[in-house]
Amino acid sequence: MASFKPTKIQVYPKLGEKVTQDTLYWKNYKAPVQIKEFGAVTSIDFSPVTPHNFAVTAFTRIHIYGPFSQEPVKSFTRFKDTAYCGRFRSDGQLLVAGCEDSVVRLFDVSGKVALRLFKGHTKAVHLTDFTSDRYQILTGSDDYTCRLWDIPNATELTTYREHTDYIRCGVTSKLNRDLFITGSYDHTVKLFDARVEKSVITMDHGQPVESVLLYPSEGLLVSAGGRHVKVWDLLKGGQPLVSLKNHHKTVTSLALSSNGQRLLSASLDRHVKVYSTTNYKVVHNFDYAASILSLALAPDDESIVVGMTNSILSIKHRKNQEDSKEIAGQQRRRPSYRVFVKGKNYVPKQDDYLVSKPVKEHLAKYDKQLRRFNVSKALDTALETWIRFRKPEITMAVIKELDRRGTLKNALAGRDERGLSQLLNFLIGNFVDARFTPVLVTAAEMILDIYQSIIGQSPLVDRQLLRLQDLVEKELDYQKELLEVLGMLDTMFASSLPRKEVPCSGIGKSNGLTQGEPTTLDWV
Amino acid sequence: MVEHGDIRVVHCGGSKLNFRDPVITHDSRFLLCASGEAVKVFSTSTEECIHELRGHTGLVTGVLLRPSNHLQVYSSSLDGTVRLWDFTDGILIKTCVIGYPIYSFYASAKHENIFVFAERFQLVAVHLPQSGDQLVEARELSAVLSGVNPNPAAIAFGRGGEFIASVNDLQLEVYFFKKQKSYRFFLKEDNKKGGWNTFTCVACHPKDDCIATGHEDGKIRLWRNFNHKKEYTYSTLHWHHSAVSSLCFTPEGTNLLSGGVESVLIQWRYKQESERDFLPRLGAAITHITVSPDGSLFCTSHSDNKITIIQSCVKVSAVIQGLVKGDSIRTDLMMDPRSKALVLNGKPGHLQFYSLQRDKLLYNLDIVQQEYIHESGLQQFEVVKAAFDASGLWLATVEERHQKAAELELNLKLWAFDEQTQSFVLNTTISAPHDAQITAMSFRQTADSQTTLLVSTSKDGHFKAWQLAAPAHTEDYIQSVNCPSWLCDFVGAYHGLVPECCSFSADGSLLAVAFQEVVTVWSPATWELTFFFFSPPSISDLCFGRLSCSKYLLGTTASNLLCCWNLLTCSCKTSPCIKVLSTQNFFCDSLNRFISLFLSFLLSVFVFKPSEPRPLFSRKAVCSGKVTQAVFAPREEMLESCEESSQWLNRSQLYFLTQQMDLMTFTTKAEEDRLLASSKQLVIDDSVAMTPFYLLLGKHRQQQQEHRDSDSSLWAERTALPQTSASIKELLQTPAHVLPSTSYLCSMFVQSLLISVSDARSAHAEEEMESEKEEEDSEEEMESSRSKPELVAAATESDAPALTKAQARELRRVRKLDHSWLAGLLDS
Repeated sequence: MASFKPTKIQVYPKLGEKVTQDTLYWKNYKAPVQIKEFGAVTSIDFSPVTPHNFAVTAFTRIHIYGPFSQEPVKSFTRFKDTAYCGRFRSDGQLLVAGCEDSVVRLFDVSGKVALRLFKGHTKAVHLTDFTSDRYQILTGSDDYTCRLWDIPNATELTTYREHTDYIRCGVTSKLNRDLFITGSYDHTVKLFDARVEKSVITMDHGQPVESVLLYPSEGLLVSAGGRHVKVWDLLKGGQPLVSLKNHHKTVTSLALSSNGQRLLSASLDRHVKVYSTTNYKVVHNFDYAASILSLALAPDDESIVVGMTNSILSIKHRKNQEDSKEIAGQQRRRPSYRVFVKGKNYVPKQDDYLVSKPVKEHLAKYDKQLRRFNVSKALDTALETWIRFRKPEITMAVIKELDRRGTLKNALAGRDERGLSQLLNFLIGNFVDARFTPVLVTAAEMILDIYQSIIGQSPLVDRQLLRLQDLVEKELDYQKELLEVLGMLDTMFASSLPRKEVPCSGIGKSNGLTQGEPTTLDWV
Repeated sequence: MVEHGDIRVVHCGGSKLNFRDPVITHDSRFLLCASGEAVKVFSTSTEECIHELRGHTGLVTGVLLRPSNHLQVYSSSLDGTVRLWDFTDGILIKTCVIGYPIYSFYASAKHENIFVFAERFQLVAVHLPQSGDQLVEARELSAVLSGVNPNPAAIAFGRGGEFIASVNDLQLEVYFFKKQKSYRFFLKEDNKKGGWNTFTCVACHPKDDCIATGHEDGKIRLWRNFNHKKEYTYSTLHWHHSAVSSLCFTPEGTNLLSGGVESVLIQWRYKQESERDFLPRLGAAITHITVSPDGSLFCTSHSDNKITIIQSCVKVSAVIQGLVKGDSIRTDLMMDPRSKALVLNGKPGHLQFYSLQRDKLLYNLDIVQQEYIHESGLQQFEVVKAAFDASGLWLATVEERHQKAAELELNLKLWAFDEQTQSFVLNTTISAPHDAQITAMSFRQTADSQTTLLVSTSKDGHFKAWQLAAPAHTEDYIQSVNCPSWLCDFVGAYHGLVPECCSFSADGSLLAVAFQEVVTVWSPATWELTFFFFSPPSISDLCFGRLSCSKYLLGTTASNLLCCWNLLTCSCKTSPCIKVLSTQNFFCDSLNRFISLFLSFLLSVFVFKPSEPRPLFSRKAVCSGKVTQAVFAPREEMLESCEESSQWLNRSQLYFLTQQMDLMTFTTKAEEDRLLASSKQLVIDDSVAMTPFYLLLGKHRQQQQEHRDSDSSLWAERTALPQTSASIKELLQTPAHVLPSTSYLCSMFVQSLLISVSDARSAHAEEEMESEKEEEDSEEEMESSRSKPELVAAATESDAPALTKAQARELRRVRKLDHSWLAGLLDS
């Protein structure tokens, strides 16, 4: 007659973020390497030439790290005060850095002593950069000026005094030797042309600008300041394109991924957000331990380097593709595969008489035991270590099924110390999971009823029961707090909603959904 | 109140099949079972119902093969008669009036009498008088046993009818006919282990002195040596965990079959009881087991109105399924818009689709999809609500399980209709859609709209709107869900009141939700409360009018008021408020604009138009027993009825279900006439099995016959064909076993073959006279040869001009003369 209907394993929706291509890509990094610097890491810059060393500016030093070394390859320590903004030239031979003492130093990457000293600024220099023709240096300072210097004879070429506050960031064009952009605390971003005496375009960011970034095509400009990240269209004369507000503290640093498809922003709120540059939606998020001051990506996204206020430098290297591929390849090549598919793709000819064999239905082990009403054995199977940890929903489904059959008590009873501690372990692990709680509460009550008499006989079981008690108490407190928060939110919503003419209850769409979302939704 | 003579209440199927144990005929071709007031004859191989033996005026309480003639069957009924039928042709042979309602009856090959269980817990032997009359009265009654159990399974005949065993409560009584003596054996009320020893059923071994009894605690006892008061012995078999409901020995006595609530058929080997075969998962509790006389087929009746036919190798071969009677029909009656089938609760956890036209169960849809554990006292998942959308593409079901001291388990499931498999496929499961029981569910009824919307109201004080949502950003996700699923769209509440019912307007632009005494009307487009009505007692049911009455919103209240609000004037137009006694049931027609109202304890029905306060139709005492559910079903073809009183039946039909699980409907006279006419057309010769092949070939042969007749009419048309004579026809068509003696028939037969000369002569003379009188021929000839096709007529007409009239007349005369002579010769 009808066949045995197997236990239905409920499919629970995956909690948390949805798995997208981006999450897979950005999760594919190894555990970070953490290096302690001498002070807050203010700037990180990758060398444009292989092996893509990077310069880390922290306190009075600039360290240069190799791609895989955890010790600095080189360090520049001849600063009188805090150094700022160590940048490589496009050939990777020279390095320029500003300093709190208003002197700009130019180093040979292989040397130790500064090749040139550019003196002229009156206050700390936070911005230094090479122009694309390699012979000039752009600097920006707290004395509201930005200047262009000639490298060969260390002389000042031009001074621009248009900003009315500290200049903290800037970037030179990679395509045009005369164009450069500076961002200042006077809320403006200005595009200068060295061929004319003044700025060409001025954009109002609205907040003190902390970082600017040019797209590789140099048609778009990204500026960060305050909590906002703004994108400007330079080809339309500095028209604002998008304003992003995804951080809740000041955004300090910007970076583009190597293919230019993703934009990264780092903030004092300890997050790095990854945006898609097509629709400017956040596609991924990194958490760090402290406020982030600087961020840089190696070419081809080989590593993500982040510098933080607690003077920690965190380097994440991309996982090697070959390792994972090899494992997958081994799995695919099973020797029995050919045997398994033998004759499966045979198409019967027209005159063939087809004899169909009844398909033998495969049942899981616990289902076989349930079919024979071996309830204790079925529960044992479902509590096997692998299932218990990797697929708790199977254990849950079996417990639920036993409860439905009214034989849960029989299945739970008659266990020895090992069996009971296994059961309690599962209970402790999943008790506070909202999806499992309703069923586990009944199971826990039954366990307490059954094994009341043996309390005190086994220290292991006693310890676990105490843990369970702790867990329940903690959960109760937690729920109480949550209810309080919900109450507060309700009052806030009620006061913010406009009064309506119709005497409708306050539960509108926004409010109702927060309360009434179905707890589990699954697609079958 | 207006009475309408021409609208009748008729029974249209759905009666119980499992009331009494069915009977398999000797050749194992037919299965007979009592079903309501009729006996149904099923084919064991095709599961089709072949005949219905109708004639009883009360519930049929038993069917038995006549021991002396295996082509005849007795049936007993509560109307106090025992009828004898010929089941192969469906003919009533004899009616025997006993005069008392018969609850069950038994017969044995050794006894002339049949044994009848009548009133006062007595088993009575009845002698059926042997006479040729159709209606006889049996007055020779003699009591055999008293204090017997009304359950028909509690009495059984022993080896060759030597004794009869009866069980009642804790007592087994064996009565020996030869000795006219009875022995009684008692059991203690319960044994040490706390099991209940009450007897439930009994069966006797056909060849051996052994009685098997089933008990409340699931034990089977085999009694032997019971012709002594003291030295009896018994052995115990135990497999069942709850009461054994039926026991049966195979005809040779090699096996014992038992069944119970576990829905497992067990075959015990007689004398090797440790060996047994199981047939598990038969679907529902077994109520009766019978074995065919040759032992090749078993047959089990189940509590879900089903008969399973099982081959003796313990393999199911056929299933005859009637309308399933659940414990309670919580889903109400519904119509599937696609198949026009009636949909209601069936087996536990299933929805049944029942064709009204064919009185047949189409299929069961498994909603819960869990292994059903047959155990009494276990809380099972039940389907409590179901709703179809207007096009029949979506089905929403709610199942719940309520356990003591545990949370309510609720699941809302949405099923999409699959064109390929022609059934519903699960699309979305929403576990715990609400915190409390769902009180009502309704789809937006617009067939053309792209987005389907479902609204569910719950006792937790909210109503929720569910919408079919396509998966967003499919290209971004790896695990892209390729089919759209249902998501919560809106949650609404009104001052914390509990919503009781909801209804969409015909065009889907308004949603009415009744929160106890407040009816709120929302617009689903913006989810804003547009207006509300207030009526003091709480509303129990709501519905919008249709078509021309779509501006009206109707509701019934707890204080037995039918209210009608006009939505255009936004006012509570309570003018057509009728004070009714109890609005137990309230149904709305989906096609035209009528509503019907059943008053439970008056057993009456009212049909209203929402715009008019007076009922269009009313009828008291519709049927015996309460009407539990009703539904309007659309008709396949519209009925044209000019009478205003029955106008409401033109477009749709009102079906209702009584407590006995009988489906009833209202029909008009015109419709009945039409049905009768169509059934006459379908009458065909019974001597050949009615197969599609026969229908095709038989018709063809008939035509051929006609052709041949017309061809041969030239010479044979005047014959007084012996086949046409009434007596011969009767002789040939009545089954052989009901005919009187051959000696009696012979003379009659011979007489019919003889042709009286004078008759033929006079007829002839008349014929000639007529033919001479009439100038133009052919017409008369055609009439006489009745079924001559027109083609032939045309041929004769075309031939006619070739001959002169005189020649033709001469020719015909010659033919006629010739023919009569020849015919006479042939016949003699």
